[in-house]
Amino acid sequence: MTANTLRIAFLTSTLLAGMAHAEDVTLNIESWRNDDLTIWQDQLIPAFEASHPGIKINFAPSAPAEYNAVLNSKLDAGSAGDLITCRPFDASLDLYNKGQITDLTSLAAMANFSPVAKSAWQTDDGKATFCMPMASVIHGFIYNKDAFDALGIAVPTTEDEFFAALDKIKADGTYIPMAMGTNDQWEAATMGYQNIGPNYWKGEEGRLALIKGDQKLTDPDWVAPYATLARWKDYLGDGFEAQTYPDSQNLFTLGRAAIYPAGSWEIAGFNTQATFKMGAFPPPVQKAGDECYISDHTDIGMGINAKSAHPEEAKAFLEWVGSPEFATLYANALPGFFSLNSTPVAMKDPLAQEFVSWRDKCKSTIRSTYQILSRGTPNLENETWNASAAAIKGTETPEAIGARLQSGLESWYKPTK
Amino acid sequence: MAAKAFRWHIPVFLAPAVLVYTAIMIIPLFGTLNLSLYNLEGQNRIFVGLANFRTLFGDPRWSASFWNALGNNAWFFMVHMLVQNPIGVLLAAILSSPRLRFAAAYRTAIFVPAILSFVIVGFVWKLILSPIWGIAPGMLDWVGLKSLYLPWLGKEQYALTTLALVSVWQFVGIPMMLIYAALLNIPEEVLEAAEMDGVTGASQFWKIKLPLILPSIGIISILTFVGNFNAFDLIYVAQGALAGPDFATDILGTFLYRTFFGFQLQLGDAHMGATIATAMFGIILLGVCIYLFAIQTRLRRYQF
Repeated sequence: MTANTLRIAFLTSTLLAGMAHAEDVTLNIESWRNDDLTIWQDQLIPAFEASHPGIKINFAPSAPAEYNAVLNSKLDAGSAGDLITCRPFDASLDLYNKGQITDLTSLAAMANFSPVAKSAWQTDDGKATFCMPMASVIHGFIYNKDAFDALGIAVPTTEDEFFAALDKIKADGTYIPMAMGTNDQWEAATMGYQNIGPNYWKGEEGRLALIKGDQKLTDPDWVAPYATLARWKDYLGDGFEAQTYPDSQNLFTLGRAAIYPAGSWEIAGFNTQATFKMGAFPPPVQKAGDECYISDHTDIGMGINAKSAHPEEAKAFLEWVGSPEFATLYANALPGFFSLNSTPVAMKDPLAQEFVSWRDKCKSTIRSTYQILSRGTPNLENETWNASAAAIKGTETPEAIGARLQSGLESWYKPTK
Repeated sequence: MAAKAFRWHIPVFLAPAVLVYTAIMIIPLFGTLNLSLYNLEGQNRIFVGLANFRTLFGDPRWSASFWNALGNNAWFFMVHMLVQNPIGVLLAAILSSPRLRFAAAYRTAIFVPAILSFVIVGFVWKLILSPIWGIAPGMLDWVGLKSLYLPWLGKEQYALTTLALVSVWQFVGIPMMLIYAALLNIPEEVLEAAEMDGVTGASQFWKIKLPLILPSIGIISILTFVGNFNAFDLIYVAQGALAGPDFATDILGTFLYRTFFGFQLQLGDAHMGATIATAMFGIILLGVCIYLFAIQTRLRRYQF
């Protein structure tokens, strides 16, 4: 008797679940952005569900450090969500090559993105795009506006002006000229080398030539940024060798440093921490009138799990993710993560606006080491961290660094001409 | 007379420990050794024999990283042997002195760091030594030695020694406790007999007590050796997986971690990782064997 009741109860619940299933499709999103959970739940998902009745979205993030491992095991086991947030380049390319995420080249919204924006989620030949680009981060320098006003420094546009400004701040002595340390190494590469470098190797032109093998890391365009980094040493705080990334952030937001080599992801944090006015300027060019280049690095995209039971609904969602509407919502909810959409996005945050305005006057590129060149061992990106830190500390000459990186790259990479 | 019944209780009582140990230690160990003999060709795993070891020791880049890590590891071990263990013996000798007051309080205070997590120790020392917020520059300033301050953790030539000394600070309590126990084990009669013969004070320590605690020092040395060559946590917490500055603090553990799990853009390579793990296993095995066969057999033991 009891057994029967239970069985009926189970059957009923299955039926009910089945009916709910027929009415509403729920799409699960895999992501590492657990910081963004409330933004998805409060702003992005309701906006989508309002315009797309019948599709429900569930944002299910995991911890950033575990994301790749968790995602890979879920995909292998067939239990991953319908939508997969894509890391740029090889991690996602690997998923596509294994057939775990689908080709999205035919989606209409793909037309809203430039080739550079899509390059992070394309096959090496650029024929197939497998993730919808969502956001990028831009490099530049954030400065303490109050400090600049007090010392009468104008925003530098050339390298000479930049170093003159640093000299002036140093001579005054109130502020540490520049907040950066070499302890964690990656800042030296990401906020140092990849920040100022595009002006030397002419952005995409140099980056693609390096991949093709037409340029080498020993060429002046690739060595000169290390020489410039070596000049930074005198303007960093005492004991910068042991200064960590959070140390640098705190030095700047406490108002003890005047300039912070930055990535735009800092904006939200700095807005809440700093009590002074902040401004931003793009990496200074070598000579007045030179074309400027910025690192506008593709960071987040989204693709579809090949095993998803609802590929049509998932595609509808990605069409929306590729739309200007999503771009506006996302860029305003997360200042510093910029939409990759070609349609200009109106942003309310002045600092974020300043960063994104450089896209109009400068040419965009991505970090030189991310596409293809960091596939082997030694890993070029990791070597660049170490090399940039060595350049700033002055423990290795720029020429020696270039030679070391090039020989490391050549040991496994054969350019396909 | 029937054969003696099989003593079932022996396997039954051994079973839990043997099963658990096999499942979580022996099988993974052989799995690792086995993994080091394979590599990926495209998507397939193929048997490559000792080719991974040839890469590790033959390829200039791999071998440079490996020997750098091994050299750093050897220095890390040397600092422990030369600083931690003598200080441990000294502290134990002082603590066992009957005239010392508050011995229990000192013993506890010195042992407490050993039970702290590596994460706490690494973080606290990073803060103490920080050039920006740390108290180290300020304290040196009070005594007029500010010029001696350096950002030690950021300098290639000092970082490893600094971290080794932090590790010594953390673990000095362990040799102290073991030696202390050994010293308390020395029977009163032996010491009284020594006093009758006029051997007292420091000479009593060198001539009577030290020979009696030598086996304990041997055990401590081998524990230090195994612990140091398996070390990873402190370096990882303080300097990250890249073991900066410029790999100056890279030891076998961090080298293994970077290779096996990958780092930033570098994808993990389980096969080369297993190769390094096997090399570490070999080094530790060799060290333990040298100790067991060359040193321990020569240590004289005294029965009381």
